[in-house]
Amino acid sequence: MTETRNIGDTLLKVDNISLSFGGVKAITGVSLEIREREICAIIGPNGAGKTSMLNVINGFYHPQEGTITFGGEVRRKMRPHLAAQGGIARTFQNVALFTGMSTLDNIMTGRNLKMKRNFLWQAINIGPARKEELEHREFVERIIDFLEIEAIRKTPVGRLPYGLQKRVELGRALAAEPKLLLLDEPMAGMNVEEKEDMCRFILDTNDEFGTTIGLIEHDMGVVMDLSDHVVVLDHGEKIADGVPDVVRADQNVIDAYLGVAHE
Amino acid sequence: MEVLNAIFVLPFVDMFSEPIFFAEVVVGGLLTGVMYSLVALGFVLIFKASGVFNFAQGAMVLFAALTLVGLMEKGVPVWLALIIAAGVMVIVAVIIEKLVLRPLVNQPDIILFMATIGITFFLEGFGETVWGSDIHRLDVGIPDAPFEIGGMLLNEFDIWAAAIGAAMVGGLALFFRYTVIGRALRAVADDHQAALSVGIPLKTIWIVVWSVAGFVGLVAGIMWGTKSGVQFSLSLIALKALPVLILGGFTSIPGAIVGGLIIGVGEKVAEIYWGPLIGGAIENWFAYMLALVFLLFRPQGLFGEKIIERV
Repeated sequence: MTETRNIGDTLLKVDNISLSFGGVKAITGVSLEIREREICAIIGPNGAGKTSMLNVINGFYHPQEGTITFGGEVRRKMRPHLAAQGGIARTFQNVALFTGMSTLDNIMTGRNLKMKRNFLWQAINIGPARKEELEHREFVERIIDFLEIEAIRKTPVGRLPYGLQKRVELGRALAAEPKLLLLDEPMAGMNVEEKEDMCRFILDTNDEFGTTIGLIEHDMGVVMDLSDHVVVLDHGEKIADGVPDVVRADQNVIDAYLGVAHE
Repeated sequence: MEVLNAIFVLPFVDMFSEPIFFAEVVVGGLLTGVMYSLVALGFVLIFKASGVFNFAQGAMVLFAALTLVGLMEKGVPVWLALIIAAGVMVIVAVIIEKLVLRPLVNQPDIILFMATIGITFFLEGFGETVWGSDIHRLDVGIPDAPFEIGGMLLNEFDIWAAAIGAAMVGGLALFFRYTVIGRALRAVADDHQAALSVGIPLKTIWIVVWSVAGFVGLVAGIMWGTKSGVQFSLSLIALKALPVLILGGFTSIPGAIVGGLIIGVGEKVAEIYWGPLIGGAIENWFAYMLALVFLLFRPQGLFGEKIIERV
Protein backbone atom coordinates (compact mmCIF):
# COMPACT_ATOMS: atom_id res chain seq x y z
CA MET A 1 0.00 0.00 0.00
CA THR A 2 2.75 2.40 0.97
CA GLU A 3 4.46 2.06 -2.41
CA THR A 4 1.40 3.14 -4.37
CA ARG A 5 0.94 6.42 -2.49
CA ASN A 6 3.24 9.32 -3.07
CA ILE A 7 4.53 10.29 0.31
CA GLY A 8 6.21 13.67 0.16
CA ASP A 9 8.73 15.69 2.09
CA THR A 10 8.78 16.28 5.79
CA LEU A 11 5.74 18.33 6.88
CA LEU A 12 6.35 18.34 10.60
CA LYS A 13 9.69 17.92 12.27
CA VAL A 14 9.85 17.64 16.01
CA ASP A 15 13.41 18.05 17.14
CA ASN A 16 14.70 17.03 20.54
CA ILE A 17 11.63 18.13 22.50
CA SER A 18 11.64 18.03 26.30
CA LEU A 19 8.64 18.93 28.39
CA SER A 20 8.25 18.84 32.14
CA PHE A 21 5.62 19.94 34.62
CA GLY A 22 7.43 21.10 37.72
CA GLY A 23 9.74 18.22 38.45
CA VAL A 24 7.81 15.64 36.46
CA LYS A 25 9.26 14.90 33.08
CA ALA A 26 6.59 14.16 30.51
CA ILE A 27 8.76 14.06 27.41
CA THR A 28 12.55 13.73 27.25
CA GLY A 29 14.47 14.56 24.09
CA VAL A 30 12.03 13.16 21.55
CA SER A 31 12.49 13.78 17.83
CA LEU A 32 10.16 12.61 15.12
CA GLU A 33 9.11 13.46 11.60
CA ILE A 34 5.77 13.31 9.88
CA ARG A 35 5.92 13.45 6.11
CA GLU A 36 3.33 14.82 3.74
CA ARG A 37 0.38 12.59 2.96
CA GLU A 38 1.43 9.82 5.34
CA ILE A 39 -0.39 8.39 8.31
CA CYS A 40 1.91 8.39 11.29
CA ALA A 41 0.93 6.65 14.51
CA ILE A 42 2.32 7.50 17.91
CA ILE A 43 1.83 4.61 20.28
CA GLY A 44 2.97 3.63 23.73
CA PRO A 45 1.73 2.42 27.10
CA ASN A 46 -0.27 4.68 29.44
CA GLY A 47 1.69 7.70 30.59
CA ALA A 48 4.19 7.41 27.76
CA GLY A 49 3.70 11.07 26.82
CA LYS A 50 1.64 10.59 23.65
CA THR A 51 -1.05 13.13 24.39
CA SER A 52 1.57 15.53 25.77
CA MET A 53 3.32 15.24 22.43
CA LEU A 54 0.13 16.09 20.59
CA ASN A 55 -0.47 19.03 22.91
CA VAL A 56 3.03 20.31 22.19
CA ILE A 57 2.54 20.08 18.41
CA ASN A 58 -0.83 21.78 18.71
CA GLY A 59 0.42 24.57 20.99
CA PHE A 60 -1.41 23.76 24.23
CA TYR A 61 1.89 22.96 25.96
CA HIS A 62 5.13 24.82 25.54
CA PRO A 63 8.20 22.59 25.69
CA GLN A 64 11.22 23.76 27.69
CA GLU A 65 13.61 22.49 25.05
CA GLY A 66 13.64 21.64 21.39
CA THR A 67 12.21 23.06 18.21
CA ILE A 68 9.28 22.24 15.99
CA THR A 69 9.41 22.84 12.27
CA PHE A 70 6.06 22.87 10.51
CA GLY A 71 5.81 23.34 6.76
CA GLY A 72 9.43 24.51 6.62
CA GLU A 73 8.97 27.14 9.32
CA VAL A 74 10.61 26.83 12.71
CA ARG A 75 8.42 27.84 15.59
CA ARG A 76 9.45 28.22 19.15
CA LYS A 77 6.35 29.24 21.00
CA MET A 78 2.91 28.47 19.63
CA ARG A 79 -0.60 29.39 20.65
CA PRO A 80 -3.39 26.92 19.88
CA HIS A 81 -5.35 29.29 17.69
CA LEU A 82 -2.17 30.13 15.77
CA ALA A 83 -1.53 26.43 15.23
CA ALA A 84 -5.06 26.18 13.90
CA GLN A 85 -4.40 29.10 11.56
CA GLY A 86 -1.25 27.35 10.37
CA GLY A 87 -3.29 24.34 9.32
CA ILE A 88 -3.15 21.97 12.27
CA ALA A 89 -6.53 20.55 13.30
CA ARG A 90 -7.10 18.00 16.03
CA THR A 91 -9.55 15.87 17.93
CA PHE A 92 -9.43 15.06 21.62
CA GLN A 93 -9.13 11.90 23.65
CA ASN A 94 -12.30 12.65 25.60
CA VAL A 95 -14.43 14.12 22.85
CA ALA A 96 -14.43 17.90 23.15
CA LEU A 97 -17.47 18.99 21.19
CA PHE A 98 -19.79 21.92 21.74
CA THR A 99 -22.49 19.80 23.30
CA GLY A 100 -25.29 22.34 23.22
CA MET A 101 -24.93 22.92 19.49
CA SER A 102 -26.17 20.87 16.53
CA THR A 103 -23.91 18.64 14.47
CA LEU A 104 -24.06 21.17 11.66
CA ASP A 105 -23.10 24.09 13.91
CA ASN A 106 -20.28 22.11 15.44
CA ILE A 107 -18.78 21.38 12.07
CA MET A 108 -19.39 24.98 10.98
CA THR A 109 -17.14 26.18 13.81
CA GLY A 110 -14.37 24.28 12.03
CA ARG A 111 -14.81 26.71 9.12
CA ASN A 112 -14.25 29.64 11.45
CA LEU A 113 -10.77 30.39 10.15
CA LYS A 114 -11.83 30.15 6.53
CA MET A 115 -14.27 33.01 6.95
CA LYS A 116 -12.78 36.03 5.25
CA ARG A 117 -15.21 38.74 6.25
CA ASN A 118 -14.07 40.99 9.04
CA PHE A 119 -15.29 41.06 12.55
CA LEU A 120 -18.13 43.54 12.10
CA TRP A 121 -19.60 41.61 9.19
CA GLN A 122 -19.45 38.47 11.24
CA ALA A 123 -21.59 40.08 13.89
CA ILE A 124 -24.53 40.19 11.50
CA ASN A 125 -26.11 37.74 9.14
CA ILE A 126 -27.03 39.77 6.06
CA GLY A 127 -25.50 40.71 2.72
CA PRO A 128 -21.96 39.46 2.07
CA ALA A 129 -21.79 37.77 5.48
CA ARG A 130 -24.83 35.69 4.64
CA LYS A 131 -23.48 34.77 1.21
CA GLU A 132 -20.21 33.64 2.72
CA GLU A 133 -22.02 31.62 5.37
CA LEU A 134 -23.89 29.78 2.63
CA GLU A 135 -20.70 28.93 0.74
CA HIS A 136 -19.19 27.42 3.86
CA ARG A 137 -22.40 25.64 4.56
CA GLU A 138 -22.02 23.86 1.22
CA PHE A 139 -18.57 22.65 2.12
CA VAL A 140 -19.79 21.43 5.48
CA GLU A 141 -22.63 19.54 3.83
CA ARG A 142 -20.04 17.69 1.75
CA ILE A 143 -18.22 16.65 4.90
CA ILE A 144 -21.47 15.52 6.44
CA ASP A 145 -22.13 13.34 3.37
CA PHE A 146 -18.59 12.03 3.46
CA LEU A 147 -18.90 10.96 7.10
CA GLU A 148 -22.41 9.60 6.55
CA ILE A 149 -24.00 11.65 9.32
CA GLU A 150 -26.79 13.27 7.30
CA ALA A 151 -29.43 11.93 9.66
CA ILE A 152 -28.09 13.73 12.72
CA ARG A 153 -27.42 17.07 11.05
CA LYS A 154 -29.71 19.02 13.37
CA THR A 155 -29.32 16.95 16.52
CA PRO A 156 -27.58 18.57 19.50
CA VAL A 157 -24.39 16.54 19.76
CA GLY A 158 -24.77 16.10 23.51
CA ARG A 159 -27.54 13.61 22.74
CA LEU A 160 -25.54 11.50 20.30
CA PRO A 161 -23.93 8.19 21.21
CA TYR A 162 -20.19 8.27 21.78
CA GLY A 163 -19.21 6.73 18.46
CA LEU A 164 -21.11 9.35 16.49
CA GLN A 165 -19.72 12.15 18.64
CA LYS A 166 -16.24 11.05 17.66
CA ARG A 167 -17.29 11.17 14.04
CA VAL A 168 -18.68 14.69 14.40
CA GLU A 169 -15.44 15.73 16.03
CA LEU A 170 -13.53 14.35 13.06
CA GLY A 171 -15.89 16.32 10.82
CA ARG A 172 -15.15 19.53 12.68
CA ALA A 173 -11.42 18.97 12.26
CA LEU A 174 -11.84 18.19 8.56
CA ALA A 175 -13.90 21.34 8.01
CA ALA A 176 -10.75 23.39 8.59
CA GLU A 177 -9.15 21.67 5.56
CA PRO A 178 -6.06 21.02 7.67
CA LYS A 179 -2.58 20.31 6.36
CA LEU A 180 -1.98 18.16 9.40
CA LEU A 181 -4.76 16.32 11.20
CA LEU A 182 -4.02 15.12 14.72
CA LEU A 183 -6.27 12.43 16.15
CA ASP A 184 -6.03 11.60 19.84
CA GLU A 185 -7.24 8.03 20.24
CA PRO A 186 -9.94 8.22 17.56
CA MET A 187 -11.04 4.67 18.31
CA ALA A 188 -11.03 4.73 22.12
CA GLY A 189 -14.15 3.29 23.69
CA MET A 190 -15.70 2.15 20.41
CA ASN A 191 -17.14 -1.21 19.52
CA VAL A 192 -15.76 -3.25 16.62
CA GLU A 193 -18.22 -1.92 14.09
CA GLU A 194 -17.61 1.70 15.02
CA LYS A 195 -13.87 1.09 14.89
CA GLU A 196 -14.14 -0.29 11.38
CA ASP A 197 -16.14 2.74 10.27
CA MET A 198 -13.64 5.10 11.83
CA CYS A 199 -10.72 3.30 10.17
CA ARG A 200 -12.44 3.64 6.83
CA PHE A 201 -13.01 7.36 7.31
CA ILE A 202 -9.40 7.92 8.32
CA LEU A 203 -8.09 6.04 5.29
CA ASP A 204 -10.57 7.78 2.96
CA THR A 205 -9.62 11.19 4.31
CA ASN A 206 -6.00 10.40 3.65
CA ASP A 207 -6.73 9.04 0.18
CA GLU A 208 -9.23 11.57 -1.09
CA PHE A 209 -7.94 14.81 0.38
CA GLY A 210 -4.29 13.80 0.77
CA THR A 211 -4.43 14.97 4.39
CA THR A 212 -1.41 14.18 6.51
CA ILE A 213 -2.52 12.41 9.67
CA GLY A 214 -0.84 11.96 13.01
CA LEU A 215 -2.72 9.67 15.34
CA ILE A 216 -2.42 8.25 18.81
CA GLU A 217 -3.89 4.85 19.39
CA HIS A 218 -3.89 2.02 21.88
CA ASP A 219 -5.28 -0.69 19.67
CA MET A 220 -2.18 -2.28 18.12
CA GLY A 221 -4.12 -4.07 15.41
CA VAL A 222 -5.65 -0.83 14.19
CA VAL A 223 -2.33 0.96 14.24
CA MET A 224 -0.53 -1.68 12.22
CA ASP A 225 -3.24 -1.68 9.54
CA LEU A 226 -3.59 2.07 9.23
CA SER A 227 -0.21 3.59 9.48
CA ASP A 228 2.70 4.08 7.15
CA HIS A 229 5.02 4.77 10.01
CA VAL A 230 4.93 4.18 13.74
CA VAL A 231 6.65 6.00 16.58
CA VAL A 232 6.74 4.29 19.95
CA LEU A 233 7.08 6.28 23.17
CA ASP A 234 7.69 4.90 26.63
CA HIS A 235 8.18 6.95 29.81
CA GLY A 236 8.51 10.08 27.69
CA GLU A 237 11.29 8.71 25.52
CA LYS A 238 11.26 7.41 21.99
CA ILE A 239 12.09 3.71 21.88
CA ALA A 240 11.29 2.84 18.28
CA ASP A 241 10.48 4.49 14.96
CA GLY A 242 9.83 2.83 11.62
CA VAL A 243 7.41 0.92 9.41
CA PRO A 244 4.82 -1.15 11.31
CA ASP A 245 6.38 -4.54 10.65
CA VAL A 246 9.79 -3.53 11.93
CA VAL A 247 8.35 -1.85 15.01
CA ARG A 248 6.19 -4.84 15.81
CA ALA A 249 9.26 -7.06 15.98
CA ASP A 250 11.35 -4.63 18.02
CA GLN A 251 12.41 -6.12 21.34
CA ASN A 252 12.19 -2.78 23.21
CA VAL A 253 8.62 -2.34 22.07
CA ILE A 254 7.62 -5.81 23.12
CA ASP A 255 9.21 -5.21 26.53
CA ALA A 256 7.45 -1.89 26.98
CA TYR A 257 4.08 -3.37 26.17
CA LEU A 258 4.40 -6.72 27.90
CA GLY A 259 6.81 -5.79 30.63
CA VAL A 260 10.28 -7.20 31.14
CA ALA A 261 10.97 -10.21 33.31
CA HIS A 262 13.01 -9.10 36.29
CA GLU A 263 16.01 -11.18 37.24
CA MET B 1 -60.13 28.35 59.68
CA GLU B 2 -60.11 32.09 59.41
CA VAL B 3 -56.41 32.08 58.64
CA LEU B 4 -56.80 29.55 55.85
CA ASN B 5 -59.68 31.58 54.50
CA ALA B 6 -57.52 34.69 54.45
CA ILE B 7 -54.68 32.91 52.68
CA PHE B 8 -56.43 30.71 50.18
CA VAL B 9 -59.79 32.31 49.49
CA LEU B 10 -59.99 36.02 50.09
CA PRO B 11 -57.06 37.09 47.86
CA PHE B 12 -58.62 35.27 44.92
CA VAL B 13 -62.00 36.73 45.64
CA ASP B 14 -60.34 40.16 45.56
CA MET B 15 -58.68 39.39 42.24
CA PHE B 16 -61.89 38.37 40.57
CA SER B 17 -64.06 41.06 42.03
CA GLU B 18 -61.79 43.78 40.68
CA PRO B 19 -60.28 42.36 37.48
CA ILE B 20 -59.10 45.69 36.13
CA PHE B 21 -57.11 46.48 39.24
CA PHE B 22 -55.67 42.97 39.14
CA ALA B 23 -54.66 43.46 35.50
CA GLU B 24 -52.99 46.72 36.43
CA VAL B 25 -50.98 44.97 39.12
CA VAL B 26 -49.93 42.23 36.71
CA VAL B 27 -48.94 44.64 33.96
CA GLY B 28 -47.03 46.75 36.46
CA GLY B 29 -45.25 43.60 37.57
CA LEU B 30 -44.43 42.61 34.00
CA LEU B 31 -42.93 46.00 33.30
CA THR B 32 -40.72 45.86 36.38
CA GLY B 33 -39.91 42.30 35.42
CA VAL B 34 -38.46 43.40 32.09
CA MET B 35 -36.07 45.62 33.99
CA TYR B 36 -34.97 42.70 36.16
CA SER B 37 -34.49 40.68 33.00
CA LEU B 38 -32.20 43.33 31.58
CA VAL B 39 -29.88 43.08 34.55
CA ALA B 40 -30.03 39.28 34.58
CA LEU B 41 -29.21 39.24 30.88
CA GLY B 42 -25.81 40.77 31.57
CA PHE B 43 -25.03 37.91 33.96
CA VAL B 44 -26.20 35.25 31.52
CA LEU B 45 -24.06 36.58 28.67
CA ILE B 46 -20.86 36.41 30.67
CA PHE B 47 -21.72 33.13 32.34
CA LYS B 48 -22.50 31.55 28.99
CA ALA B 49 -19.27 32.58 27.36
CA SER B 50 -16.74 32.31 30.12
CA GLY B 51 -18.38 30.28 32.87
CA VAL B 52 -17.69 33.15 35.25
CA PHE B 53 -20.37 34.32 37.60
CA ASN B 54 -19.80 38.03 37.20
CA PHE B 55 -20.61 39.60 40.53
CA ALA B 56 -19.56 42.94 39.06
CA GLN B 57 -22.55 43.18 36.72
CA GLY B 58 -24.35 45.47 39.17
CA ALA B 59 -21.29 47.65 39.49
CA MET B 60 -21.07 47.78 35.71
CA VAL B 61 -24.66 49.02 35.61
CA LEU B 62 -23.78 51.72 38.12
CA PHE B 63 -20.54 52.64 36.41
CA ALA B 64 -22.15 52.90 32.97
CA ALA B 65 -24.99 55.03 34.31
CA LEU B 66 -22.59 57.25 36.28
CA THR B 67 -20.45 57.81 33.21
CA LEU B 68 -23.49 58.72 31.14
CA VAL B 69 -24.96 61.03 33.73
CA GLY B 70 -21.59 62.62 34.48
CA LEU B 71 -21.02 63.42 30.82
CA MET B 72 -24.51 64.83 30.44
CA GLU B 73 -24.04 67.06 33.48
CA LYS B 74 -20.89 68.40 31.80
CA GLY B 75 -23.09 69.50 28.90
CA VAL B 76 -22.42 66.69 26.45
CA PRO B 77 -25.49 66.02 24.26
CA VAL B 78 -27.37 62.80 24.98
CA TRP B 79 -26.45 60.92 21.80
CA LEU B 80 -22.76 61.70 22.17
CA ALA B 81 -22.81 60.80 25.86
CA LEU B 82 -24.41 57.46 24.97
CA ILE B 83 -21.69 56.69 22.42
CA ILE B 84 -18.91 57.69 24.81
CA ALA B 85 -20.42 55.68 27.66
CA ALA B 86 -20.65 52.63 25.37
CA GLY B 87 -17.03 53.20 24.37
CA VAL B 88 -16.01 53.40 28.02
CA MET B 89 -17.71 50.04 28.63
CA VAL B 90 -15.64 48.52 25.80
CA ILE B 91 -12.48 49.92 27.39
CA VAL B 92 -13.56 48.46 30.73
CA ALA B 93 -14.03 45.09 28.99
CA VAL B 94 -10.56 45.22 27.43
CA ILE B 95 -8.95 46.13 30.75
CA ILE B 96 -10.80 43.37 32.62
CA GLU B 97 -9.73 40.82 30.01
CA LYS B 98 -6.09 41.93 30.13
CA LEU B 99 -5.63 42.48 33.85
CA VAL B 100 -8.03 40.00 35.41
CA LEU B 101 -9.24 37.20 33.14
CA ARG B 102 -6.05 36.44 31.23
CA PRO B 103 -3.75 36.05 34.26
CA LEU B 104 -6.39 33.88 35.94
CA VAL B 105 -7.18 31.63 32.99
CA ASN B 106 -7.62 27.97 34.00
CA GLN B 107 -8.07 28.89 37.66
CA PRO B 108 -11.01 27.39 39.53
CA ASP B 109 -14.34 29.20 39.11
CA ILE B 110 -14.35 30.40 42.70
CA ILE B 111 -11.12 32.34 42.08
CA LEU B 112 -12.65 34.09 39.09
CA PHE B 113 -15.76 34.81 41.14
CA MET B 114 -13.63 36.42 43.84
CA ALA B 115 -11.88 38.45 41.16
CA THR B 116 -15.23 39.81 39.98
CA ILE B 117 -15.99 40.86 43.55
CA GLY B 118 -12.73 42.77 43.40
CA ILE B 119 -13.83 44.38 40.14
CA THR B 120 -17.11 45.35 41.82
CA PHE B 121 -15.40 47.33 44.54
CA PHE B 122 -12.99 48.90 42.10
CA LEU B 123 -15.71 50.05 39.71
CA GLU B 124 -17.87 51.42 42.52
CA GLY B 125 -14.95 53.27 44.08
CA PHE B 126 -13.55 54.52 40.81
CA GLY B 127 -16.96 55.66 39.59
CA GLU B 128 -17.51 57.68 42.75
CA THR B 129 -14.02 59.16 42.67
CA VAL B 130 -14.52 60.43 39.16
CA TRP B 131 -18.19 61.44 39.24
CA GLY B 132 -18.88 62.04 42.92
CA SER B 133 -21.26 60.24 45.25
CA ASP B 134 -24.34 62.46 44.96
CA ILE B 135 -27.61 61.21 43.61
CA HIS B 136 -27.74 62.25 39.96
CA ARG B 137 -30.95 62.86 38.10
CA LEU B 138 -30.96 61.15 34.73
CA ASP B 139 -33.19 62.16 31.85
CA VAL B 140 -32.35 60.89 28.40
CA GLY B 141 -35.59 62.18 26.93
CA ILE B 142 -37.78 59.10 27.15
CA PRO B 143 -41.33 60.40 27.63
CA ASP B 144 -42.64 59.83 31.13
CA ALA B 145 -46.34 60.51 31.44
CA PRO B 146 -49.07 58.39 33.00
CA PHE B 147 -51.92 57.38 30.68
CA GLU B 148 -55.00 55.25 30.88
CA ILE B 149 -55.82 52.24 28.75
CA GLY B 150 -58.86 50.03 29.30
CA GLY B 151 -59.25 51.43 32.77
CA MET B 152 -55.65 50.64 33.72
CA LEU B 153 -53.32 53.41 34.74
CA LEU B 154 -49.92 52.90 33.12
CA ASN B 155 -46.73 54.87 32.78
CA GLU B 156 -45.38 55.71 29.34
CA PHE B 157 -41.79 55.28 30.51
CA ASP B 158 -42.43 51.73 31.67
CA ILE B 159 -43.77 50.84 28.25
CA TRP B 160 -40.68 52.30 26.59
CA ALA B 161 -38.42 50.46 28.99
CA ALA B 162 -40.21 47.21 28.26
CA ALA B 163 -40.04 47.78 24.50
CA ILE B 164 -36.33 48.60 24.56
CA GLY B 165 -35.63 45.65 26.83
CA ALA B 166 -37.58 43.32 24.56
CA ALA B 167 -35.79 44.61 21.45
CA MET B 168 -32.44 44.13 23.11
CA VAL B 169 -33.23 40.60 24.18
CA GLY B 170 -34.57 39.67 20.75
CA GLY B 171 -31.52 41.15 19.06
CA LEU B 172 -29.13 39.25 21.30
CA ALA B 173 -30.99 35.99 20.81
CA LEU B 174 -30.71 36.38 17.01
CA PHE B 175 -27.07 37.39 17.32
CA PHE B 176 -26.25 34.25 19.31
CA ARG B 177 -28.23 31.99 17.04
CA TYR B 178 -27.42 33.16 13.52
CA THR B 179 -24.06 34.89 13.29
CA VAL B 180 -20.50 33.65 13.04
CA ILE B 181 -19.49 35.49 16.19
CA GLY B 182 -22.57 34.22 17.98
CA ARG B 183 -21.64 30.67 17.06
CA ALA B 184 -18.08 31.26 18.22
CA LEU B 185 -19.45 32.59 21.51
CA ARG B 186 -21.56 29.49 22.02
CA ALA B 187 -18.57 27.35 21.14
CA VAL B 188 -16.38 29.05 23.73
CA ALA B 189 -19.14 28.64 26.30
CA ASP B 190 -19.24 24.91 25.68
CA ASP B 191 -15.57 24.02 25.61
CA HIS B 192 -12.59 26.37 25.82
CA GLN B 193 -10.00 23.88 24.61
CA ALA B 194 -11.99 22.71 21.62
CA ALA B 195 -12.75 26.31 20.71
CA LEU B 196 -9.04 27.10 20.72
CA SER B 197 -8.29 24.07 18.60
CA VAL B 198 -10.58 25.24 15.80
CA GLY B 199 -8.89 28.61 15.91
CA ILE B 200 -11.35 30.76 17.84
CA PRO B 201 -9.30 33.35 19.71
CA LEU B 202 -10.55 33.34 23.31
CA LYS B 203 -9.19 36.79 23.94
CA THR B 204 -11.34 38.48 21.32
CA ILE B 205 -14.41 36.54 22.33
CA TRP B 206 -14.06 37.54 25.97
CA ILE B 207 -13.69 41.18 25.05
CA VAL B 208 -16.82 40.96 22.89
CA VAL B 209 -18.84 39.32 25.65
CA TRP B 210 -17.79 41.73 28.37
CA SER B 211 -18.44 44.66 26.06
CA VAL B 212 -21.92 43.41 25.23
CA ALA B 213 -22.56 42.84 28.93
CA GLY B 214 -21.35 46.41 29.41
CA PHE B 215 -23.87 47.69 26.83
CA VAL B 216 -26.64 45.74 28.49
CA GLY B 217 -25.50 47.25 31.79
CA LEU B 218 -25.64 50.71 30.24
CA VAL B 219 -29.21 50.19 29.05
CA ALA B 220 -30.24 48.76 32.42
CA GLY B 221 -28.48 51.68 34.10
CA ILE B 222 -30.43 54.19 32.00
CA MET B 223 -33.75 52.53 32.82
CA TRP B 224 -33.18 52.15 36.54
CA GLY B 225 -31.33 55.44 36.75
CA THR B 226 -34.21 57.34 35.19
CA LYS B 227 -36.63 55.68 37.60
CA SER B 228 -34.77 56.07 40.86
CA GLY B 229 -31.84 58.39 40.15
CA VAL B 230 -28.26 57.33 39.54
CA GLN B 231 -26.83 56.47 42.92
CA PHE B 232 -24.77 53.92 44.75
CA SER B 233 -27.73 51.62 45.43
CA LEU B 234 -28.00 50.98 41.69
CA SER B 235 -25.28 48.37 42.00
CA LEU B 236 -27.46 46.49 44.48
CA ILE B 237 -30.01 45.57 41.83
CA ALA B 238 -27.47 42.93 40.91
CA LEU B 239 -28.77 41.11 43.98
CA LYS B 240 -32.30 41.24 42.61
CA ALA B 241 -31.03 39.53 39.46
CA LEU B 242 -29.91 36.48 41.44
CA PRO B 243 -33.38 34.99 42.02
CA VAL B 244 -34.17 35.75 38.39
CA LEU B 245 -31.16 33.71 37.34
CA ILE B 246 -32.00 30.85 39.63
CA LEU B 247 -35.50 30.76 38.19
CA GLY B 248 -34.47 31.08 34.57
CA GLY B 249 -31.24 29.14 34.59
CA PHE B 250 -27.79 30.71 34.40
CA THR B 251 -27.19 29.79 30.78
CA SER B 252 -30.46 30.71 29.14
CA ILE B 253 -31.31 34.05 27.56
CA PRO B 254 -35.03 33.23 27.33
CA GLY B 255 -34.72 32.05 30.94
CA ALA B 256 -33.50 35.45 32.03
CA ILE B 257 -36.53 37.04 30.41
CA VAL B 258 -39.16 34.67 31.72
CA GLY B 259 -37.49 34.55 35.14
CA GLY B 260 -37.54 38.35 35.32
CA LEU B 261 -41.20 38.49 34.35
CA ILE B 262 -42.21 35.84 36.88
CA ILE B 263 -40.35 37.57 39.67
CA GLY B 264 -41.72 40.97 38.68
CA VAL B 265 -45.33 39.82 38.59
CA GLY B 266 -44.95 37.46 41.54
CA GLU B 267 -43.66 40.02 43.96
CA LYS B 268 -46.21 42.67 42.98
CA VAL B 269 -49.15 40.28 43.26
CA ALA B 270 -47.86 38.83 46.53
CA GLU B 271 -47.33 42.28 47.97
CA ILE B 272 -50.80 43.52 47.16
CA TYR B 273 -52.93 40.47 47.90
CA TRP B 274 -51.03 38.60 50.57
CA GLY B 275 -48.87 41.41 51.97
CA PRO B 276 -51.43 42.89 54.34
CA LEU B 277 -51.78 39.51 56.10
CA ILE B 278 -48.35 39.84 57.64
CA GLY B 279 -48.03 43.57 57.62
CA GLY B 280 -46.63 44.12 54.13
CA ALA B 281 -43.12 44.40 52.68
CA ILE B 282 -43.31 40.96 51.09
CA GLU B 283 -41.93 42.51 47.93
CA ASN B 284 -38.42 42.67 49.35
CA TRP B 285 -37.99 39.01 50.10
CA PHE B 286 -40.60 37.23 47.98
CA ALA B 287 -38.17 36.75 45.06
CA TYR B 288 -35.63 35.04 47.28
CA MET B 289 -38.22 32.68 48.75
CA LEU B 290 -39.30 31.73 45.25
CA ALA B 291 -35.67 31.15 44.27
CA LEU B 292 -35.19 28.95 47.30
CA VAL B 293 -38.16 26.80 46.31
CA PHE B 294 -36.71 26.48 42.83
CA LEU B 295 -33.33 25.48 44.18
CA LEU B 296 -35.00 22.63 46.03
CA PHE B 297 -37.07 21.29 43.16
CA ARG B 298 -35.44 22.42 39.94
CA PRO B 299 -31.87 23.56 40.56
CA GLN B 300 -31.07 24.04 36.86
CA GLY B 301 -33.86 26.61 36.54
CA LEU B 302 -36.70 26.68 34.04
CA PHE B 303 -34.55 26.72 30.91
CA GLY B 304 -31.08 25.87 32.13
CA GLU B 305 -29.21 22.91 30.73
CA LYS B 306 -29.77 19.84 32.80
CA ILE B 307 -26.67 18.94 34.72
CA ILE B 308 -25.83 15.39 33.82
CA GLU B 309 -22.52 13.99 34.86
CA ARG B 310 -21.38 10.96 32.95
CA VAL B 311 -19.39 8.52 35.02
